Amino acid sequence: MSVATSDAPTGAAAEPAAKKKRRGGPDRRPGLSRKLPYLLLAPAVLLELLIHIIPMLVGIWMSFVKLTKFFIANWSAAPWAGLNNYKVALDFDHAVGEGLLKSFGVTVAFSLATVALSWILGMAAAVALQPTFRGRGVVRTFFLVPYALPAYAGILTWNFMLQRDTGVVNHILADNLGLSSDRPFWLIGGNALVSLITVAVWKLWTFAFLTLMAGLQSIPRDLYEAASVDGAGNVRQWRNITLPSLRPVNLVLLLVLFLWTFSDFNTPYVLFGTAQPPAGDLMAFHIYNASFLTWNFGSGAAMSVLLLIFLMIVTGIYLLVTGRRSRRA
Amino acid sequence: MRLRSLVAAVAVSALGISLAACGGDDSGDSSGGGSGGDATLTYWASNQGTSLDNDKQVLTPVLEKFTQETGVKVNLEVIGWNDLQTRIQTAITSGQAPDVVNIGNTWAASLQATDAFLPFDGDAMTAIGGKDKFVPTALATGGKEGTDPTSVPLYGLAYGLYYNKAMFAAAGLQPPKTWEEMVTAAQKLTNPAKNQWGMALAAGSYTENVHFAFINAAQNKADWFDADGKPTFTGDGNVQGVLRYLDLMQKDKVANPSNAQYDNGTKSVNDFATKKVAMVINQNNADSSIVANGMKAGEYGVVPFPAPAGGEPVASHVAGINLSIFKNTKNKDAALKFVKYMTDAPTQTTLGKPFASLPVLKDAKPVFTTDATEAATFQDVYNNKSKPLPLVPAEDQYESTVGKAMNAMFAKIATGGTVTADDVKAALKTAEDQVAAGG
Repeated sequence: MSVATSDAPTGAAAEPAAKKKRRGGPDRRPGLSRKLPYLLLAPAVLLELLIHIIPMLVGIWMSFVKLTKFFIANWSAAPWAGLNNYKVALDFDHAVGEGLLKSFGVTVAFSLATVALSWILGMAAAVALQPTFRGRGVVRTFFLVPYALPAYAGILTWNFMLQRDTGVVNHILADNLGLSSDRPFWLIGGNALVSLITVAVWKLWTFAFLTLMAGLQSIPRDLYEAASVDGAGNVRQWRNITLPSLRPVNLVLLLVLFLWTFSDFNTPYVLFGTAQPPAGDLMAFHIYNASFLTWNFGSGAAMSVLLLIFLMIVTGIYLLVTGRRSRRA
Repeated sequence: MRLRSLVAAVAVSALGISLAACGGDDSGDSSGGGSGGDATLTYWASNQGTSLDNDKQVLTPVLEKFTQETGVKVNLEVIGWNDLQTRIQTAITSGQAPDVVNIGNTWAASLQATDAFLPFDGDAMTAIGGKDKFVPTALATGGKEGTDPTSVPLYGLAYGLYYNKAMFAAAGLQPPKTWEEMVTAAQKLTNPAKNQWGMALAAGSYTENVHFAFINAAQNKADWFDADGKPTFTGDGNVQGVLRYLDLMQKDKVANPSNAQYDNGTKSVNDFATKKVAMVINQNNADSSIVANGMKAGEYGVVPFPAPAGGEPVASHVAGINLSIFKNTKNKDAALKFVKYMTDAPTQTTLGKPFASLPVLKDAKPVFTTDATEAATFQDVYNNKSKPLPLVPAEDQYESTVGKAMNAMFAKIATGGTVTADDVKAALKTAEDQVAAGG
């Protein structure tokens, strides 16, 4: 008994000790083991704070102050404006709010059209390039040119091409094909939105193509072979195998495309320069103008926060809806 | 403790990287002695010549001479016109500013309102040679009336109506003296079938457009701001003035609708130089571009931009470039020496020709052209027929909102739409509300 009783505690103490030994090195310095991940994360967290979080917080603060030209040299002394910048931005009967609302409408139309067209083109090209054929690599590389080209150079080239008198687009339409007797304007008036969408799609669709192509390659080939044996045609295979298999890829792709297009600044800025038409007045560009051309950085910051809130709501709803559907499926 | 020190070290170095990234390339250059000697000034020059490189070539020997005379080195950066205002705003906000900067003189009152620039008060004005050396109208653009200016004139510019002598002679026309004569001549010289137009307008450039909104309204004796600095954009004189200018494309049809895409003055000047149009309204620095594009000096003449019969003879705004010193400069004395040097007669004469500028100094003669008649015409416009753009803090907002409203109206006309006086009034009302919201 005495042996048994005396053995039990010894054994219980020995077991964890043995486990400790088995886990090896880090255990000898338990403090560092626990802290190491945080230590490794620290530079990233710090830089994230400095580059994203702090400027964002400053931006939110700016939206509550009257930061006009009278205070930009000493902007920390700008007087408190409360919700006034937001009230002005959301007063749709006033010039500022009306302008923001119009810009919002243009941005919604631009974003939906650009995302839809980029996705359709990307999907069509990805599906078309699935079968192996001679020259497939060359075609793939060719498709990636817009993605590889610096955005500024690409968009500026479009600006040259879309000039009314000297642009190659009108030269082909009017002189070569004879489709139009009068040369249309592409960068002012109603066509400006069409031009903007065209250039944005040109820039974006290859990203959709790349992503979808990667997604397609993860679908097992035997699914298609089995479907083919069962007599399913290409369209049916696409609908019943490709689309459902690509669902996770599409969820992310569509969201990213939407966020990019909705806050696109480069395309209108470079395509239209200082002579941007109302049809090209996207939100990011509108906010830039509100801040820098009318020197009202408080108002511009309020518009930015409103845009951020809108995008967060849309993203939240999107993730909620698609998440529910995924769980149901 | 060791961990804390490590985190602190990472934090400090990360902060260091971040601050260095924000610092830009100019802050370090500003540190130096306060009174010349081994000081180095950073100078942002606006693009005045045919290209940024051309500006560097012109300015480098002038700045070297300044260094020889004073021992003060000058770091030069030439900035394109489209970027200049944003760069200045960023410099004001960040405090990472050059010592001396060129500004468009129409921005002077707006930039003065930021309180980021050194006022040329009694001592500073004396240090640069005294206010009496400047043409009074030019000096008046330096800031709000009744205050110490925060900028002084460097290059004077004025609008003139350039006309092609051969085209006028072939059509049996005399250079126009009134708006009506100008339109009649332009119509006679317009033949769209041959792609020949009476006039070229920079109708897609908001800065050019707002200048003509201002000049045409001034010819109607109308003002854009009241005595308190409140916008009065929708007054009848302003509306009619804007409409008169728009009508050159809309009703009179003397300008190619494609001009609605001309987002800078160079394009319209090129059309004139290549003889596609008979007339162009431009500032006197167009001369170098006209000649560079193949037109010989004797082939064109210049008259003042005409007012309608019975209107006020305003032919231009007081255009040009001013020099400002940032208040936070560490080289105040050297900066004042530099401003004096740049605005003294020998430098003005040296730069007057390559930059085609009018003298901003009293009793100085224009050197930008050898054509005595042209020189006299521009000098007369600058000294006697020009009016400064509104000298109010909201001037920059006026330029952007009214200029962009005019861009949009020209675009509407070019794409087949019609712009009535009511449309102009509505557009100006929107611009006015935007300015009021910005104040």
